[in-house]
Amino acid sequence: MDTVKLTSKVVPELYLEAEHISPDVFAGKSNQEIGDLSVHMGNQTYKISDYFTVEGKAGATAAETKIVVAGDVSKVKYIGMKMTAGEVEVLGNADMYVGAWMEGGKLLVKGSVDSFAGIAMKGGELIIEGDAKNYIGAAYRGDWRGMQGGKIVVKGNVGSDVGSNINGGTIDIGGNADVHLATHAEGGTIIVRGIAKGRVGGQMVKGDIYCLGGVERMMPSFKYDHTEEIELDGKKMNFQVYYGDLGERHGKKKGEIIYGKIYLTAAQPEGGEGATAVKSERKAKLSEKQLEQLATELKEMKEPSVQNVREYIKKTFGIDLKPMQVSRLIDSLSR
Amino acid sequence: MSKTITDVVCPFCGTLCDDLIVTTDDEGKKILGVDNACAIGAEKFIHSSDHSHRVTRPRKMQEDGSFKEITYEEAIEHTAKILVNAKKPLMYGWSSTSCEADSVGHEIAELCGGIVDNTAAVCHGTTLIAVQNVGIPSCTLGEVKNRADRIIFWGCNPAHAHPRHMSRYSIFPRGYFTGKGAKQRKIIVVDPRPTDTTNLADIHLQVEQGYDYELLQALRAAIRGEPLAGDVIAGVPKETVYEAVDVLKSGRFGVIFFGMGVTQSLGKDHNIDAAICLTKDLNDYTKFSIVAMRGHYNVTGSGQVLGWQYGFPYSVDLSRGFARYNPGETGSIEVLKRQEADAIFVLGSDPGAHFPMRCVKEISRLPSVAIDPHITPTTEICDVHVPVAFVGVEVGGNCYRMDNVPIEARKVVEPPEGMMTDQQFLSAVLERVKELKAN
Repeated sequence: MDTVKLTSKVVPELYLEAEHISPDVFAGKSNQEIGDLSVHMGNQTYKISDYFTVEGKAGATAAETKIVVAGDVSKVKYIGMKMTAGEVEVLGNADMYVGAWMEGGKLLVKGSVDSFAGIAMKGGELIIEGDAKNYIGAAYRGDWRGMQGGKIVVKGNVGSDVGSNINGGTIDIGGNADVHLATHAEGGTIIVRGIAKGRVGGQMVKGDIYCLGGVERMMPSFKYDHTEEIELDGKKMNFQVYYGDLGERHGKKKGEIIYGKIYLTAAQPEGGEGATAVKSERKAKLSEKQLEQLATELKEMKEPSVQNVREYIKKTFGIDLKPMQVSRLIDSLSR
Repeated sequence: MSKTITDVVCPFCGTLCDDLIVTTDDEGKKILGVDNACAIGAEKFIHSSDHSHRVTRPRKMQEDGSFKEITYEEAIEHTAKILVNAKKPLMYGWSSTSCEADSVGHEIAELCGGIVDNTAAVCHGTTLIAVQNVGIPSCTLGEVKNRADRIIFWGCNPAHAHPRHMSRYSIFPRGYFTGKGAKQRKIIVVDPRPTDTTNLADIHLQVEQGYDYELLQALRAAIRGEPLAGDVIAGVPKETVYEAVDVLKSGRFGVIFFGMGVTQSLGKDHNIDAAICLTKDLNDYTKFSIVAMRGHYNVTGSGQVLGWQYGFPYSVDLSRGFARYNPGETGSIEVLKRQEADAIFVLGSDPGAHFPMRCVKEISRLPSVAIDPHITPTTEICDVHVPVAFVGVEVGGNCYRMDNVPIEARKVVEPPEGMMTDQQFLSAVLERVKELKAN
């Protein structure tokens, strides 16, 4: 396998749309030809060589080509879009649409990505070592086909709307997931190893969701059915199986109705609303001594902004408060 | 003596009342009185005819923050240059003007390679996403008046936001099949707080703030006769949910009206998605429709014009010469927050008052133009403010009601002398943009 190395020279003024950074496009091209490929910023068209240095050599076919993207590409969209084979490795953070409409090959991002990574993915492997934002492996706007195959692994946390309209493939989330996981799912598997916030499997028709860290608040339209022992990652675990979404249409197979399934680790205690409720982290609070110190500090600051105060608290006390909490704190202390 | 103009269309909210009677003086310059309108609508007419407080010529912000009067020609030149020089201009607003003006504006955006977005981005845009996902079984307000006997108000408060909606269409009017008016109708209001609308409700589902989606899905499950988990569903007792379902199923014709309470709370498009699916499910038992309570009088029209020109109703990115649409990437809030745009053009909206502070700061940082008859927080932070005539008061134009019915707004008085309309100003800018692009 031959490797092409792109190193970012300048950070773009706005955001760069670089859908040509893909083994399929680079394959069989000389470095000069690769540098001449277009990238877009707003209504302007530039060349890859305006923003990147091109080193190494591309393979004859996509499968023999590996692209390494180095430098700051946190303002570059569409890396590895529609790739079908080969490898792409992004050493830092990337922006939106990483591996969107991907059909094969392997894409590794060492940092974090923004939204829409791996949307409408059909195959291949997308690994994100940091966090990812919203709409990971979801459908494009208006489409009813989300992720249809392949595998997405996010080692950190993900935002909302992950895997909406998923009907195949696997999404493996190492951290926590925000609301609306697998909405409108018609198949596929999602594993959340952290805490799922809520609205898991809303309007789900078919598919499996494993929540190893529990769900903060289950949908009222899911019913508990039975406990089952299932092997996951080579370990046998007991899972509570929930069927749903009861508000949605469901097909029949061999006379039995096929529901979407949520698997919760059975060790979780039964919650109030018939659902397994887990408190996430306790709301962070300041001690009285810290409050006093903050009050004197606030007097010194002329116009304390929420952002500044929040940073100050994080720095001195090591507590990360929510902006809303901070703004209330400022109000109460300034009175 | 005075002149009376009948059947005037009110350019305030999406209800677009078309039965106003406006009295003007003989020369047709001053409005003396407005009949039939709600307090807000009447105030809009009276206010616009009082020229003493209005800015009548474009103003340019000086270095010290004060404004200096400039001519319309200078304003046109400035606007055209900003748009032509930008790599990705954001053209936002379009909701408080006529469809004709919108159309000219979109032509400019296409030439300059910009983003066109209307106020749906912070309002009912999520509705449009949901409609794209699952379709919409809708009807006109006339049908509601004549047929509906089950009304749901979900996350909206028409008593204050659309004051004449309830008396003209939804609760009180006696229609062809609804001869007994309010007595014949059952009203369900879903709102986390008691409001003036909930006072009129037969059933008030006091949903827990931010859990509309759970309640909607629970209602859908209850309609299918499925069991619900827990005794309290999203703050509403289980019995009340089943009671509400019985009321809905027993009607002859029902309508769901929904507002910003669901479109902009947690879940956004998913809430509407579920509400539309609820409507679809109820159609297995009786006839049901769903209508969005749109805010600005012509926000629907802006979506319609964008729809027939580019295929997408809002947040249309034309920067690469073809239309792309993906709220979350091309929406105004995201674009400003991520600093993706390098110029901003605002027409017929007030983002300065409604956008998050980070976005407002971004507007003040970028080269900007605001076109608005009023002095607003937006005009105060933009480089150039261009005052224009009021559409629906000083100039006519086509507008769309919240149920997608086009209504031609009428001119009742003359604008202040020498003042341009939206359409005239935009046409002049378009002409200048074409000249600049040709060079």
